[in-house]
Amino acid sequence: MRRLFTVFHALGLMLVVFSFAYLLPVITGLIYSDYILVWDFLLTMLWTFSAGALMWLLTKRRKGELSIRHGYLLVVAMWTAMPAFATLPLLMMIPNLSFTDAYFETMSGMTTTGATVLTGLDNLPPAINVWRHQLNWMGGLGIIVLAVAVLPLLGIGGRQLFKAETPGPMKDTALTPRIAETARNLWIVYLAITLLCIVTLKWAGMSWLDAVCHAFSAMGLGGFSTHDSSVGWFQSPLIEFVMIVFMLFAVINFATHFLAWRGRSLKVYARDAEAVASLWLIIGSCFAIALFLWWQDTYPEYLTALRHASFNVVSIATSSGYASVDYAQWPIFAPLWMMFLTAIAASSGSTGGGIKMIRTLVLVKQAGREFIQLLHPAVVNPMKIGGHVVANNIVFAVLGFIFLYFMSIMTLTFALLISGLDFISAFTAILASINNCGPGLGVVGPASNYQGLTDFQTWVCTLAMLIGRLEIFTVLILFTPAFWRR
Amino acid sequence: MKILILGAGQVGSTVAENLVGEANDITVVDSDGEKLVQLQDRLDLRTVVGNAAHPSTLEQAGIGDADMLLAVTQSDEVNLVACKLAASLYNTPTRIARIRTVDYLKREELFNTDNFCVDFSICPEQILTDYITKLIEFPEALQVLEFADGKVSLVAVKAFEGGPLVGKPLSFLRTHMPQVEARVAAIFRQDRAIIPEGSTVVHAGDEIFFIAASDNIRRVLKEMRRMDKPTKRVMIVGGGNIGRRLAKALESDYNVKLIEFNKKSCQKLAGELTNTLVLNGDGTDEKLMQQENVKEVDVFCALTNDDENNIMSSLLAKQAGARKVIALINRSAYVDLVQGGKIDIALSPAHVTIGSLLAYVRQGDVAEVHSLRRGAAEALELVVHGDRDSSRVIGRLIGEIDLPKGATIGALVRGNEVIMGHHDTVIEAEDHVIVFVVDKKMVKKVEKLFQVSLGFF
Repeated sequence: MRRLFTVFHALGLMLVVFSFAYLLPVITGLIYSDYILVWDFLLTMLWTFSAGALMWLLTKRRKGELSIRHGYLLVVAMWTAMPAFATLPLLMMIPNLSFTDAYFETMSGMTTTGATVLTGLDNLPPAINVWRHQLNWMGGLGIIVLAVAVLPLLGIGGRQLFKAETPGPMKDTALTPRIAETARNLWIVYLAITLLCIVTLKWAGMSWLDAVCHAFSAMGLGGFSTHDSSVGWFQSPLIEFVMIVFMLFAVINFATHFLAWRGRSLKVYARDAEAVASLWLIIGSCFAIALFLWWQDTYPEYLTALRHASFNVVSIATSSGYASVDYAQWPIFAPLWMMFLTAIAASSGSTGGGIKMIRTLVLVKQAGREFIQLLHPAVVNPMKIGGHVVANNIVFAVLGFIFLYFMSIMTLTFALLISGLDFISAFTAILASINNCGPGLGVVGPASNYQGLTDFQTWVCTLAMLIGRLEIFTVLILFTPAFWRR
Repeated sequence: MKILILGAGQVGSTVAENLVGEANDITVVDSDGEKLVQLQDRLDLRTVVGNAAHPSTLEQAGIGDADMLLAVTQSDEVNLVACKLAASLYNTPTRIARIRTVDYLKREELFNTDNFCVDFSICPEQILTDYITKLIEFPEALQVLEFADGKVSLVAVKAFEGGPLVGKPLSFLRTHMPQVEARVAAIFRQDRAIIPEGSTVVHAGDEIFFIAASDNIRRVLKEMRRMDKPTKRVMIVGGGNIGRRLAKALESDYNVKLIEFNKKSCQKLAGELTNTLVLNGDGTDEKLMQQENVKEVDVFCALTNDDENNIMSSLLAKQAGARKVIALINRSAYVDLVQGGKIDIALSPAHVTIGSLLAYVRQGDVAEVHSLRRGAAEALELVVHGDRDSSRVIGRLIGEIDLPKGATIGALVRGNEVIMGHHDTVIEAEDHVIVFVVDKKMVKKVEKLFQVSLGFF
């Protein structure tokens, strides 16, 4: 029981911090003179704050030291509690919205999935839209990373939490001696690039509101938009180009951005094997798919094909999930290849989802290793990525992860099939959810959204998003008996 | 000259042995007393037991009036500190250190007078690696030695039936290849030196030393023997300092396999090397060799620190069909025993590396020294200074110079130009002269001949 108190204590504190996130929609409401909304947001802020504070105060005298086990529990608790609190403004302000749908929406926001159950986005009050996009942005780099950055009092447990939330198999490379300093630096870089993105989008022709919202969701690789027809609404190649650039920025490890910025050198990017592989794969796919579409006569001109292929491929591959055209209408190879990219293309430590490029590299190299081992039984052939040796236990961890990843996709797809969804919709919905991408194909394709799903199906997708964002182990470890044993 | 040698290991004792023979006062310092006793039994020198990086030890060894400090202990750090101490406390004029760590070598400023005060740093492993790399590049040659920053090379090769020059007099070389400048410096027939003249006839089995501009080596080699296919596959046994460096140097140009016995070293090697196939196993395990297709290997190098293992594994490899085998052998008795038999090249690390040290010790301006035929002969690169009056060689034809019998001037390097040494060539000031000496005893005379007479100063 003591363990739970400790977790609740930290959780309460984080909720208190989280409650300040409502300030941005409040400010938006004030700008647009939408005082009812301002009132509602202030109310939810108070709710969250007092709930957190109460939790913190009640458990204050019974807390223990935050340990490794607490870390996993706390991270999962945070990632389920915060979307719950984040639903409050949506429930208050959007009529006829069920809790299931609201929770799906906020979970989709915070896990940077970007799938939505709402229609009529264009008519939502600005404050609500800012709130949705802000969830994308905060969830992108990680709420707990943010919390660690601003809450040095978490102390020893900080590194553990950080590791439990940050995506990727190798998280021990600390950028600075102190974990709080590392987290702060990452957020500063993140914030800086986001501000740059806002200004550039404004310059490219968006309104300030659209620029802020789209910068938030682009940097978080979330994919929320203020329009039902997503980025296609703008009909602007320039805006699409700017968003491509920033999405490619966000798909690279933010630690690499930080090192490049600190060292004032672009060579850092060339040395990051993961970033190089990601960019080659994504950009190469853009040209290849454009060629394919042109050859298939989907678009009569290569440049048109390249424009649409580039934006949608980058958007899906980086796990953002914007759409500029209904790519579900393209020959099936293209959208399926895009769904495949979304599973592998994002770097660890970026805001993207999926299994991460580093794991893909590990798997590909492991396959190569097996071949060499067969030819030369005496060979000593450690795995190397970017010139550094990857320890065998990491390779095993990756293999274990991949197994769980595929099993999760299988299980959840079957769950959707049982509930009556057709195969393509079920499979791509799970794929898009677990990879935090957003739109799937079929019922949940880019032209429609997740509104058509039943409550059960919505919950299954919500779960998929959560385990995808926290990279499976962190969530599933709570369901092992060993975790609860003393 | 008074020379202080720190470290009585492989390099230290070989250098001591060579320098004692050349009438120098040698003091050897080592922390291992037993090694020193053995050394003192054999050679006429003084020994001091102690830590070479401590001022008291250095003083005891008489660093105060030493002309040169040779820091060749196992530890780079000790060598660096000793040089620094010698410079700051005792004003020793010349300080040479063995530095093996690439990390140090990369930062040249570490060695200047503001920091560790190392006049010259040598790395025996690197010298040996370069040496083997050359042999792999020219698999027909027995030795390839470079002078004047690699502009000129001295190549040793065994003449074989089928080479155009074999069975013909040396003057044929000039008529056969008028555009290629090369000069035969010496011929060894059944271990006896023959002073080459235009009429000397080359026999199959002769060991021929010729000097040529480095770009022409391959064309001259072609005259002596049938050429083999260029090297593609290299197998190295032993992943120590030399094996590792060699693999690193070769892995981008050749297909390299490296066999190492120690599993932990294998892991480290495999992490460091990018294109080399690192195999864990015994270099004398013929099953492993067969499995790794040793019969297709062009050059097989046995480079462990165990002489017997090197000999056995290279014999096995030759037996299995490796084209050329090289064995690293420390004991000089074994070298003589093995060389010329089934093993193509027996490498004595001491002889390969001693030259670079000797160059600093010699009188006169000696730029390069290479020890040949296991120390019996020597090739020197001398820089001539002065003018017609103060020097006995400047302004004179090569034919006029009173060289001792058995010494030949092979080539001159003037600026960037390579000039072959003919009778009618005139030597100018600041020329680099490459002299081949058949018998080491004549080296002193040659050096004296090239020295500037006192009037110059």
